[in-house]
Amino acid sequence: MDSPGRLAELLDEQAYLAGEGLATAAFLALRMGRPLLLEGEAGVGKTELARALAAVLEAPLIRLQCYEGLDASQALYDWDFARQLLHLKAAEAGGITDSARLEEEVYGRRFLIARPLLRAIETQPAVLLIDEVDRADVEFEAILLEVLSDFAISVPELGTIRAERPPVVVLTSNRTREVHDALKRRCLYHWLEHPSFEREVAILRRRLPACSESLAEQVAKATGRLRETDLIKPPGIAETLDWTEALLTLGARELDPDVAAATLGALLKHREDHEAVLGNGFFGDLRG
Amino acid sequence: MISEADGDRRDGAPEALAAAVTPGDLVAVMTGFARTLRAAGVPADHDRTQNFLRALSHLDAARPGDAYWAGRFTLCASADDLPRYDRVFRAYFGGLRAGRAKPAAVTVVRHTAALAGDRGESGDSPVPAATASAAEVLRNRDVARMTGAELAEVHRLLALLRTGREQRRSRRFKPSHRGGLDGRATIREALRRGGETARLRYRTHRTRPRRVVLLVDVSGSMTPYADTLLRLGHALVRSEPRATEVFSAGTRLTRLTAELRHRDPATAMNAVSRAIPDWSGGTRLGEELRRFLASNDAGGAVVVIASDGWERGDVSLLGAEMARLSRTAHRVIWVNPHKGQKGYQPLTAGMSVALPYVDDFVAGHSLAAFEELARLLGGANA
Repeated sequence: MDSPGRLAELLDEQAYLAGEGLATAAFLALRMGRPLLLEGEAGVGKTELARALAAVLEAPLIRLQCYEGLDASQALYDWDFARQLLHLKAAEAGGITDSARLEEEVYGRRFLIARPLLRAIETQPAVLLIDEVDRADVEFEAILLEVLSDFAISVPELGTIRAERPPVVVLTSNRTREVHDALKRRCLYHWLEHPSFEREVAILRRRLPACSESLAEQVAKATGRLRETDLIKPPGIAETLDWTEALLTLGARELDPDVAAATLGALLKHREDHEAVLGNGFFGDLRG
Repeated sequence: MISEADGDRRDGAPEALAAAVTPGDLVAVMTGFARTLRAAGVPADHDRTQNFLRALSHLDAARPGDAYWAGRFTLCASADDLPRYDRVFRAYFGGLRAGRAKPAAVTVVRHTAALAGDRGESGDSPVPAATASAAEVLRNRDVARMTGAELAEVHRLLALLRTGREQRRSRRFKPSHRGGLDGRATIREALRRGGETARLRYRTHRTRPRRVVLLVDVSGSMTPYADTLLRLGHALVRSEPRATEVFSAGTRLTRLTAELRHRDPATAMNAVSRAIPDWSGGTRLGEELRRFLASNDAGGAVVVIASDGWERGDVSLLGAEMARLSRTAHRVIWVNPHKGQKGYQPLTAGMSVALPYVDDFVAGHSLAAFEELARLLGGANA
């Protein structure tokens, strides 16, 4: 893989159509060994890129879903306390009281549970997806920063575990809050937009071969216009794909107001949005 | 908005780069670009510039687009930087087409100056602010009727206001006599006792401060209060920097948390007045709330709306968004400066659709009212 263009072709083979910017960002992330921070509205294909990259690199995808309260024992590693206790019980029953030996055994690698970050460091090659990092606490970013700086995790009882080959890291953020600058500095930053009309048509055709060119164009035109309407949740690519699939399942060959209204639930996920779209006759002028 | 289909913005880069023959020239051209960006307010510091050059070394610097993208990934830190980045890129690499450039849409209205203009005509006799009894008088006076000196004293006291927060259960743990088994501590304890597993350790959840989100209406009708309310925002941010967000709402939503992190109130307020584009405009609170709920996490937060409820937009939208807010937030507090006045009735259309969804409806016109609000945020009941 010697150029962003070549990477775009390989991603295309995985049915992921990356624009020039995203392909260049991913190419640089691979070449420079830096994490790629993707920001943008929900549904523009941030998470999907990690999947496609994993497929291209033939590497497992390891995913860390962030949430408020996520801490080190859920992200890095944890000790298997139940098995440690059992081990101690067995030793006790067997009359073993050499505490140095016990300690070494109990804190052995076999009692360590690898959580996503440790797993990503121990797996070669690997693609690590740190999804929705904006949902984690600010404190968690310090842990991430440490891991992403050295690709090493130190377990006090066991020593430092270092990646022989750092994983490819993709971080996503929906920007519900600002990601800390120190973390951003470690990363290449890319702001991802909704796809252009042409790319959305291409994506629909690529992912749903049963979809005709004209239906894809009608769908892309409608979703493009919906994104400019003031909706609570404008549709992302995933919703557009769901919607098209629903249309195809109903045997629709073109987008008419009735079939659009019947399948709207696949596209818009808020009652208020349904009312706004159906109320102002959005689909009335579809055929025009 | 910028989109990847927007093809004209990197015009000029290949020509400029082709002119830079040696690698040394290229570095000079690129660091010059980074410096220009920095001057334009994009955080393209030394570290980021080094990353930019490193990224370029992996790409074909003369290929159209590569310099553009490499710079965008490494020199920009947020979506807000992108329009500036595009503008500087075009200008720096000489590809600026006549008529294409948009004028910088930055209008700074110095709100404080406008406020000072009509102060002192209120007929109140000036109160010497130094004595304790004077401070007591000031505490209950309406900030809209104060002289400049009185207001300055109130602002000084406001900057000292420390506010507590309601606590919520955190995912983290602390040792405790009750609660769940603490595996780590139990194993440690057993090892200390030579492998004897008789004694179990327990742990319980820690608590953390609940987030507070303050939305300050900066529309025309709120002019006498907005400045003081934003200073309250400063005190809130200073008290709990990690558990506070402040936005201004008028015709658009502006996040002010970063500006308010400055220790010095004057510096913070200067930054705030530069950041708010819509001082003294109209209010479309319904739309603001909708935007707020779409892109921010109100879940579990205490949301404080400071507004007189003079809604110019669609009142039914405000009602619907308030309903959504009350379902999402932990608690909704509405601060209305006029509520402190004698005989006030919440009769504005905006206020009456919002009230059913408000947990606490409080005044916000005086230092005493702010102190009361601070107590509410600390978990007291109204």
